[in-house]
Amino acid sequence: MPAFRIAAVLGLPLIGFKLVDQSGGEGLATRWPDLGAAIAIVFMGRFALSMIAEGATLSALAIGAGAVIAAILVPWPSVFLNVIALGGAALIVLRAAYGLAGPRPVAVIGAWVKPAGRLAPWALIVFALSLPLFGDRYVLDSATRITTYVMLGWGLNIVTGLAGLLDLGYAAFFAIGAYVTAILGAGFGLSFWECLPLAAAAAAASGVLLGFPVLGLRGDYFAIVTLGFGEIIRIVANNWRSLTNGSQGVGGVPHLNFFGLADFTANPANGHPSFSQMFGVPYRPIQRVVFLYYVILALALAVNLFTRRIRVLPIGLAWEALREDEIAAQALGVDRRRVKLAAFAIGAAWGGVAGAFFATQQGFVSPESFGFIESVMITAIVVLGGMGSQLGIVLAAILIIGLPEFFRFMQEYRQLVFGAAMVAIMRFRPRGLIATRRPSVTSR
Amino acid sequence: MAYFLQQLINGLTLGAIYGLIAIGYTMVYGIIGMINFAHGEIYMIGAFVGLIGLLALGAVGIASVPLMLVLVILGAMTIAGLYGWTIERLIYRPLRSAPRLAPLISALGLSIALQQYVQLTQGGRVKTLAPMMQGGFVLMRGGDGFAVSLNFLQIFVFLLTIVLMTGLTLLIQRTALGRAQRAVAADPTMAALCGVDVDRTISVTFVIGAALAAVAGVMVVLYYGVIDFRLGFLAGLKAFTAAVLGGVGSLPGAVLGGLVLGLVESFWSGYADAAYKDVAAYAILVLVLVVRPSGLLGRPEIEKV
Repeated sequence: MPAFRIAAVLGLPLIGFKLVDQSGGEGLATRWPDLGAAIAIVFMGRFALSMIAEGATLSALAIGAGAVIAAILVPWPSVFLNVIALGGAALIVLRAAYGLAGPRPVAVIGAWVKPAGRLAPWALIVFALSLPLFGDRYVLDSATRITTYVMLGWGLNIVTGLAGLLDLGYAAFFAIGAYVTAILGAGFGLSFWECLPLAAAAAAASGVLLGFPVLGLRGDYFAIVTLGFGEIIRIVANNWRSLTNGSQGVGGVPHLNFFGLADFTANPANGHPSFSQMFGVPYRPIQRVVFLYYVILALALAVNLFTRRIRVLPIGLAWEALREDEIAAQALGVDRRRVKLAAFAIGAAWGGVAGAFFATQQGFVSPESFGFIESVMITAIVVLGGMGSQLGIVLAAILIIGLPEFFRFMQEYRQLVFGAAMVAIMRFRPRGLIATRRPSVTSR
Repeated sequence: MAYFLQQLINGLTLGAIYGLIAIGYTMVYGIIGMINFAHGEIYMIGAFVGLIGLLALGAVGIASVPLMLVLVILGAMTIAGLYGWTIERLIYRPLRSAPRLAPLISALGLSIALQQYVQLTQGGRVKTLAPMMQGGFVLMRGGDGFAVSLNFLQIFVFLLTIVLMTGLTLLIQRTALGRAQRAVAADPTMAALCGVDVDRTISVTFVIGAALAAVAGVMVVLYYGVIDFRLGFLAGLKAFTAAVLGGVGSLPGAVLGGLVLGLVESFWSGYADAAYKDVAAYAILVLVLVVRPSGLLGRPEIEKV
């Protein structure tokens, strides 16, 4: 059956009709132009792909380019179709360009990227450190958000990238860290710095508790069970009202202070000096934002450094051995459960630290920040970045968290693009964007 | 006692719906060993197609409820089946030889994309349908005047599940297609050498699973009358739990698992805290995987080197 006919059948109920709210129940409206446009998109896409297959790559490129222009200029029946048309046309152009140029440019880019790959981390660190010099409040807030996800990605990387355990419920540990900080901070007046180790310990303890019974499971079963854990934590946070205040969340988390020495308000009430008085600089509200950004940057880099060190220690080597071949590793005396549990607990602890930061930064914690989609995003950052690649995680975090941040109009289509990108990346690069699964120790 | 009986009936109805979805998981897992996480979304799409179909038939003037049901169920099965076929062809087939977690990640992404697709085309609002099949039997009255009812719709759900299960069992056991499916599940390379069209067999498996999920979707529209685009995620997870509970790869196991899960959820809501009924379901999933990973009716899996 030709693709456009399949598209017609698939689109008929969901694109051809729309459920509308009427007095006395649901009503139906028809959207034939939308359906027609959807069929046309699929037809053109299939046509272009066939042309590439037949060797008429240049024509396909022209069609793709024409479609990109059409997607931008022609008024489409709905924005949804416009987004689909644009995405599809862009894919065709890429595919045709790849077909025209062949694999050579990719190899050239690869050869260029390799030395750049050695410089890129330092360039990124310098850029990240100097960002407050030229970024305004919005940029800094976005950068803080991205860095939080980089930290979460690096934390999960210990579990997924090094130990090879696909954890689909990592947001649970993020949530535990955040709730510990919020409850202790708002209820008992503990500061962020006092909560930090407690959050890490609570998350690690829950990691051991949750991980212990299920770490023996096979990869995909393990993934689904951790997904269930993530949901359980969220449901509990939503319903245990006496502790978590249910869906309304915990507010009034104390603001971050300067290592317990100074506050970031103009005239602190609690007897602390203010940051501006302490350093003799004029008071500006952005000082707190900059400090928050540097704190998360430092925390994220701490995870990175930690990972770099631990992967050449015996425990890190045992993780990699288990990841590469579980049975062989066990035969050589690696205690599977204990070693995996260590990875799970350590990863959870870093997640808890990130959660503690999140609670302090937001000043407010509610269950909806820790839904399934959060877990999937963190997992996607690790997997799409290329499991085990620290740099890949930064790139993936910038792509997944940062791009929608800067393209606000995409907001509604963010998750659609995110889901489709996950599918596409797995289709063309099943090992992730930067797939360096080089063992830490190689025989020379 | 009366309350117990009512929860039993409600639980079995819910369980039959879970069972129908679980079959899709179990069949796909049995044949290519992947968790098709997007299966819950196919069920959600089935529910939307069912609702739209019912309204469309009403709009063209077909008023006979039985005729409407037959047409809508067949239509939803066809369209959902085609969704299943397309997904397998476009997304899972190229990943068959990829690293083992790649299809799972793909399925996750697909699940999100399909949810968004329905939200963007049909809106995020909760959709409702006025009850179409009313009436039923009052089985007994408790001392406090609590009436235990078994309504026609519940009978319809049970009957349809039994019919579909019988048909599917016959299909798997007696037909050439079923034989091909069992052969591919056992050893795809060997099956291909013996002349089984492996690609086609896998495609058909996806289509059957999707069609059954669509039936479950139509049932949910009729039974609860409220759907939204988030419907698939939780139901998919529950159905997966049901499949694991019954033993992944076993058809009767999937239905049994669905029924057990439906009962647990129903009794938990009835006697304990309804807010934690999902927690109970996940707890079962974890317990089964830890204590008896092969499920109630499954055969233990031997880890191959």
